[in-house]
Amino acid sequence: MADSVADSVAEPAVGRRSPAAAFAARFEAASAGGSLRLAEIPFLAQINLRVDPKSPAAERIGTAIGVPLPVEPGTTAGGGDLEVLWLGPDEWLVVGPDGAARDLVERIEEAAAGEHVSVVDVSAQRTTLVVGGERARDVLAHGCALDLHPRAFGPGRCAQTMLARAAVVLVAGEDGFRLLVRSSFAAYVAEWLLDASVEYVAGG
Amino acid sequence: MLLIPCPWCGPRDEAEFHYGGQAHVAYPEDPAALSDEEWARYLFFRDNPKGLFAERWSHTAGCRRWFNAVRDTATNEIHAVYRTGEPRPVIA
Ligand SMILES: [Zn+2]
Repeated sequence: MADSVADSVAEPAVGRRSPAAAFAARFEAASAGGSLRLAEIPFLAQINLRVDPKSPAAERIGTAIGVPLPVEPGTTAGGGDLEVLWLGPDEWLVVGPDGAARDLVERIEEAAAGEHVSVVDVSAQRTTLVVGGERARDVLAHGCALDLHPRAFGPGRCAQTMLARAAVVLVAGEDGFRLLVRSSFAAYVAEWLLDASVEYVAGG
Repeated sequence: MLLIPCPWCGPRDEAEFHYGGQAHVAYPEDPAALSDEEWARYLFFRDNPKGLFAERWSHTAGCRRWFNAVRDTATNEIHAVYRTGEPRPVIA
């Protein structure tokens, strides 16, 4: 914390700190019982993409990143180390591994080839929290109004919604859920998750 | 709380939406030609029916799209939702 603001601006990769880094030990403790798994996946690359889904550019972008843009509301598409989340009828979030943002932006812009497309690196906007294990749905149900049953919200589904009054992108996977939460809300959501988890964590 | 069916995302809690007032209020063709009273009527005067009302909603905490809904102002029942640009459905 002694670093000055100027230092962190000049060298963003040095000593960077993820929004929920301070919760690592408590997440681990809450996960020890085995019925619940809490963790942060820091620094994922996130590209916000807006393009007319019926345009040739949309198809070219899908080809360029190896994942066709999902057009069914609330669904995801994956390929390689990328996942594309439907955010709106002309809006997607392309999620990739740490460090991939610049290359992704370049590939998408090249594929767009000057068409009416918006490509913005929003990697720093949100961090990713994992809520997995057999109790994951019970924990989320404390503060999320969506039906999270696998029949309604199984792998391949995503939703922008509210969790405990915080705006989140909720993604269902094979091994639980991922929450994309704004960096400034990460500590609040982490505290909330830990509080909601108390009754499901062995030993209390 | 109302359960509002977003035409993109499906049913969601009212808390995810913002209300946008009466739908289908067309912008005047030639605003400069309006008298002050006509302009004021366009800006400020809205229907206030007891019964079916076509109104705008925005799914601000979800897909962030504006859409229209026909709601019964007396019962809060939502009879139809439809996307921007689509005509108001006829409700028997
Ligand atoms: Zn929606």
